[in-house]
Amino acid sequence: MNVSYLELLKLAAPETIVVLTALAALVVDLTSTRDLEARFRFIINGMIACAGCVAAIVWMLVMPAHANALEGMFVVDPLTQVVKIALLGLTLFTVLISMDSTFTEHIGEYLALILLAAVGMMFLVSAEDILMIFISLELTSLSLYILAAFNKRDVNSAEAALKYFLFGGMAAAFTLFGLSLLYGLSGATNLGQIAAALEDKGLDPLLIVAMVMIVLGFGFKVAAVPFHLWAPDAYQGAPTPSAAFIASGSKVASFFIFAKVMMIGFTGGETNGVHEIAGSAAWQQFVSGWTPVVAVVAVLSMLLGNLVAIVQSSVKRLIAYSAIAHAGYMLIGVMAHSGEAVASLVYYAVTYGLTTIGAFGVVAVVEARSKDDQLASFAGLSRRAPVVSLCMMIFMLSLAGIPPLAGFFGKFYVFAAALKTGAPNLGLLWLVILAIAMSAVSFYYYLQVLKQIYVADMPAGAEELRVPVLGQVVLGLIAVGVILLGCAPNLLVGVLQASIKAAGL
Amino acid sequence: MLAWTVYISFLGVLGLMLLPKGNASAARKVAMLSAVAGLLVAVAGFIQFKAGEILTVAKLPWVPSLGIEYHLAADGVSLTLVLLTGLAAVGGILFSWNIEHRAKEFFAFYLALIGGVYGVFLSFDLFLLFVFYEIAIVPKYFIIAIWGSTRKEYGAMKLALYSFVGSAMVLIGLIAAYVVSGAQTMNVLELAKHPFPHSFQVWAFPLVFVGFAILAGMWPFHTWAPTGHVAAPTAASMLLAGVVMKLGAYGCLRVAMTLFPEGLEAWKTWIAVLAVIGIVYGAMVALVQKDFKFVIGYSSVSHMGFVLLGLVTLNTIGLSGAVLQMFSHGIIAGLLFAVVGRMVYERTHTRELSVLEGMNLVKAMPFAAVTFVIAGAASMGLPGFSGFVAELQVLIGAWKAFPTLAVITGVGILIGVAYTLRAIQQAFFGEAKERGAPVPHDDEETKHAEQEIRAPITIPERIGAVLLIGTSLVIGLYPRILLDVIFPSFNSPLFDGLRRVGLQ
Amino acid sequence: MNELPILTIITLLPLVSGIVVAGLGEHRKLARGLALTSSFLSLALVLGLWRSFDGNSGLLQFVEGPHAWIPTLGVQYYLGVDGLGLLMVLLTALVVPMSLLASGRVADRPHVYYGLVLFLQAGLVGTFTALNFFHWFIFWELSLIPAFFLVRLWGGAARAAAATQFFVYTMVGSIAMLLAFLAIFLATSEPGQPGVFDFITLADMARSGTLEQLLPAKLGWIDLTARKLLLVVFGGALLGFAVKVPMMPFHTWLPAAYSEASSPVTMLLTGVMSKMGVYGFVRILLPIFPQHINWMLTPLLWLAVITIVFSACAAFAQRDLKRMLAYSSINHLGYCLLAVFAVAKFTNAPQFATEKAAALNGVFLQMFNHGLTAAALFWFVALIEQRSGGLRGLNDFGGLRKVAPIFCGLMGIALFSSLGLPGLNGFVGEFLIFKGVFPLAPWAAAFSVIGLLVTAIFILTILQRVFNGPLNEKWSKFPDLTLGEIALLIIPIALMFVLGLYPRLVLDVINATAVQMVEQLKF
Repeated sequence: MNVSYLELLKLAAPETIVVLTALAALVVDLTSTRDLEARFRFIINGMIACAGCVAAIVWMLVMPAHANALEGMFVVDPLTQVVKIALLGLTLFTVLISMDSTFTEHIGEYLALILLAAVGMMFLVSAEDILMIFISLELTSLSLYILAAFNKRDVNSAEAALKYFLFGGMAAAFTLFGLSLLYGLSGATNLGQIAAALEDKGLDPLLIVAMVMIVLGFGFKVAAVPFHLWAPDAYQGAPTPSAAFIASGSKVASFFIFAKVMMIGFTGGETNGVHEIAGSAAWQQFVSGWTPVVAVVAVLSMLLGNLVAIVQSSVKRLIAYSAIAHAGYMLIGVMAHSGEAVASLVYYAVTYGLTTIGAFGVVAVVEARSKDDQLASFAGLSRRAPVVSLCMMIFMLSLAGIPPLAGFFGKFYVFAAALKTGAPNLGLLWLVILAIAMSAVSFYYYLQVLKQIYVADMPAGAEELRVPVLGQVVLGLIAVGVILLGCAPNLLVGVLQASIKAAGL
Repeated sequence: MLAWTVYISFLGVLGLMLLPKGNASAARKVAMLSAVAGLLVAVAGFIQFKAGEILTVAKLPWVPSLGIEYHLAADGVSLTLVLLTGLAAVGGILFSWNIEHRAKEFFAFYLALIGGVYGVFLSFDLFLLFVFYEIAIVPKYFIIAIWGSTRKEYGAMKLALYSFVGSAMVLIGLIAAYVVSGAQTMNVLELAKHPFPHSFQVWAFPLVFVGFAILAGMWPFHTWAPTGHVAAPTAASMLLAGVVMKLGAYGCLRVAMTLFPEGLEAWKTWIAVLAVIGIVYGAMVALVQKDFKFVIGYSSVSHMGFVLLGLVTLNTIGLSGAVLQMFSHGIIAGLLFAVVGRMVYERTHTRELSVLEGMNLVKAMPFAAVTFVIAGAASMGLPGFSGFVAELQVLIGAWKAFPTLAVITGVGILIGVAYTLRAIQQAFFGEAKERGAPVPHDDEETKHAEQEIRAPITIPERIGAVLLIGTSLVIGLYPRILLDVIFPSFNSPLFDGLRRVGLQ
Repeated sequence: MNELPILTIITLLPLVSGIVVAGLGEHRKLARGLALTSSFLSLALVLGLWRSFDGNSGLLQFVEGPHAWIPTLGVQYYLGVDGLGLLMVLLTALVVPMSLLASGRVADRPHVYYGLVLFLQAGLVGTFTALNFFHWFIFWELSLIPAFFLVRLWGGAARAAAATQFFVYTMVGSIAMLLAFLAIFLATSEPGQPGVFDFITLADMARSGTLEQLLPAKLGWIDLTARKLLLVVFGGALLGFAVKVPMMPFHTWLPAAYSEASSPVTMLLTGVMSKMGVYGFVRILLPIFPQHINWMLTPLLWLAVITIVFSACAAFAQRDLKRMLAYSSINHLGYCLLAVFAVAKFTNAPQFATEKAAALNGVFLQMFNHGLTAAALFWFVALIEQRSGGLRGLNDFGGLRKVAPIFCGLMGIALFSSLGLPGLNGFVGEFLIFKGVFPLAPWAAAFSVIGLLVTAIFILTILQRVFNGPLNEKWSKFPDLTLGEIALLIIPIALMFVLGLYPRLVLDVINATAVQMVEQLKF
């Protein structure tokens, strides 16, 4: 192994920048802004965090790289760069929507943790080695656990974090177990080498155990049924910006690595057009492998997520269950395991993340004024805060998959990609039908939110909500982003497809 | 140029959003301006159109990697419906001139709906078509839920869910067709050429057709229509019946039938039977309604049955009848809802036929009575009005394809006459008072109510009524204006598939 | 050929003036004046037409078109009249002013009333002049709307039910007929070419037998045999006209409608609207479906006989003057039906051509005469009602002759005309009909004579109960006709005499048409 460390530093520059920014935020808050008002501290340190993110993004844009350092420990190619840029973008927005928060005095620490979680995600995205994957997964998770618990004054926050932590710890254990089995089977930690080693082994029982363990671990990260139990409580209890970050950034990174592990590591040899290890979830043509497992998880997620969301009265819980449902849709993309499917998956995850941050941003605005996130607190919002309401409408409709918003194109793209893998038999059609039917159901509960905002009467004596200009601008920006990505999906799809081609997936 | 119909509407939405809060008069003026501008563009496009061509309005790559294009085009069928949309849009605004409550939002939603509808009729890329189709769904919900009456939230939600379920079915079919064709294109002209396997067509056709037909009020998926119509404010019922139901029928023709002709072949008898059940059932149910607006709501179901029946007759005369019926029903139903919702309900605050019967409204509001009589005559298919020419062609087509159903349809028409007459008589010519119905109390309240009933029909209402009646009459007496455009469009390559399965 | 589209003008004149009158608002005098002016103008125009009509030709005259209207549907703008059409237009032009004059006392929304009457006139004229099914059907149906509202708004106590019944019954017939004609349209259409809606072409096709071949060939329905299919199509068309005339058993709407409508409106209904049905039989059914009438001859003839006899009996059983006259109307038009069916009888004997021509002449005359007489009779009833405050029962009066001799004299003449007394107009038509029908269908004709007898009885009963007998004290102040009324009523009465004594006035115009029609009846 002859690694040029300078070269490696250059490759890892964005991550380095973000780490340094995190430290800078900590130091600045500790040294110079401590005595200021919380709002100003947030703004100053937030700006530093944002600047770091922007710098990292700019670096990646200016210095496109394509390298595989340390045998898959750290892979930089156009695709990972796109995903990282997207992650940093989501981080940026998370920081921006948290600027109005009042739940903590430890502002420097809070921002630093967000940035560190982002760093974990970035490494995760770049990893093609199971060891590296596990380490970065843990870095991310630990930061997120703390973020979830950050509102020390609120017992719910603590409960949420504890739940999240316990489930997460268990999932991490499973993942580790699976990964170690995998190592034992193949004698390698690099995904490519693992795949090569498994090529002609077929479906070893031990391999099945390993696969199930890994699916379980990732299933936890993406909050898919039956590993979803932490999600509603964590989303509801955690401080809203933390929840937003858990729901967006973490999800994008997890899905990306999930797909990557499955696609690179577990394809196996091909017989009759079916990858042996992947198997097939096509209707009436099931072949055992990991896709049927994921299919079951996807179906359960879509059903449970959508149906339970209908009866929620807390908007955050509603978004949580809808997140479970969305995880189900995205799993269909994982299952399709083709280059196009990855492109569609990333598009979906990124736009979903963006929309969710926006939605949580609106919830944060309302919560800050009415002290809870019940549906009733949104009543008549459109007359109290028209801009914010309009943004919420865009987010909700995008989540429901209404064109021309990003959510619609994401669904369309994922489903089309999924069908294409089975063409011309349309093997995955049953899943697509279920998914589309369920998204029709989801329309109902998203409309419930909008109904409160637009249709319901204002509570008596309610006055206009004063939303800081910055908040409005940020939400507006996110909304514009959602519309833009929906109306001109090629902005992202084109880049994704080109980079996937370049990455050779 | 026709693309501006879409752009103007959405510009109107933007313009409305920028208006200051609470200025209803400015809002309605902006809305009117964009609706009229849209209508003018539609008319100009109609005049310039050369019959038989497929006019490409805009064609730009949109998502090139998936072969999706921003492709607006028009043939005779779409142009007819664009014209209808323009008329209905202007009519609707004229009849909602008195909206004061959140007027700005109302008209913004309204124009967004209109823009979506224009877009659907002009899209020749199926992805784009679907995008516009869904854009049209959402504003409907809000317009009904916020400004409606009588169980408005229920009606609105039912409507939204039905529409969304329908569009979900359509989406499945579209994605499947897109993938199966393997052609990396959503262009309807290209997909129409693709010979989809028979087995695929047999299941994809009903999926897409019914998905669209839900919005067209096909029995037994019609139940959203009456409740939705009744709950909606006047302008929205006018648009719902006037153009939104046409979206469904248009989708059936442009997408389901064009793409999957063999599927149509396999299912046409079933659909024809459902259509005729819709005609007869809708009419029979309308006959026993107690609520004035429900009568019109069910009549829409009945009349849309003609459209569906015409579509599946698979001959040009039936098809052109169906298209003409879409236009005609759009105008006439709009007018009927205008009378019921705006002229009568907003003055009397009741729609119970038994209550209206006691008011002898023909004396209190003769203009409304005359308008309703004319609209009712048009609606029952009396010759001289557009409905007759349309139903005539549908019937001819049906005679050719399904003679027995044609005869049953005749019964449906008859019941149509009966319920229209009943509604006319009870609502306007009732004489319960003379028979000693409740003695009017001489207090302030009844005086006020009396005054309200006698409030004169306003100028915008008159303009709207004359506009719609005039259109129906002109088309009824000289249908060539539309037929000369509709007929040649069936010769275009789009209908090659249908010709293969016997379109004559 | 006339350069001026005179028929269009005659159709549009009442339509336009109707719109003007209805748009005027509540100016009673002005509305009435305008309506009368318009109707007299129409009358003058029609009389002019009458003068320039060439009575020696049975062909269509004053033809306009055919101009393409809706080419894709084979619809043309095609107008023209032959002797029959002209006669009907004249009848319309005569009865409308009579009705307007009779309805002097419209208090409620007079502008609407007069407007509707003029609309109705336009509809009627349109029906009698149109030669394309589509065009004809527009007017056929549109005349219903004003008629409906005239009954609905200015009728008696049960007017709502009567008007609805009238409307719905007629619509049943219309829709059946529409479906039948659509079937024909379909059968005559070729790929790339629309079917035929044109009555003249259709008659030609029927004569050459093509229609009969085309219908079953192009139109398979369930597994009806060719003959049954043809009969179904014919039945549809027949129903449309049978309801309108009406032929029993489709008559039940009529007594209610005629008696509930105000008398001036009934004048229009019976005077002209009922003629639409008979006109349809002669102009449409007879040339296009002669074969089918011939197939069904026996049942049709018996239906006609039943119509004649039973309506006469029913009239006899009534105790309300208007209902009596209503049934008598059915009775009188029954003769027309009898003759029309008889004319369609297949026969090789050449001498029957004269009989058939006589019968058709009789039909035309009977239509005109009945229109005139019935209108006059209802006018008299209107006067009675005005004077009695709405009473019109057969037994409500008595001995009126003593207090109102002029009234009774004039009404008596009209009643006698209705009875068919020689010397008055009613006689000529019935005479010609029986003269023609006896050789063609002796049994049917013989049974129909019962109808004549019963008619005589019930009309004499009217004379007896109302005019003669002891004076009912209640009516001792029954005012006789005023001078003005006499001046107006004397015109129809005079016409009755003129036509009764000098029927050639009309026969000269219609005879050529009747002969031509008979000639064209080939099987």
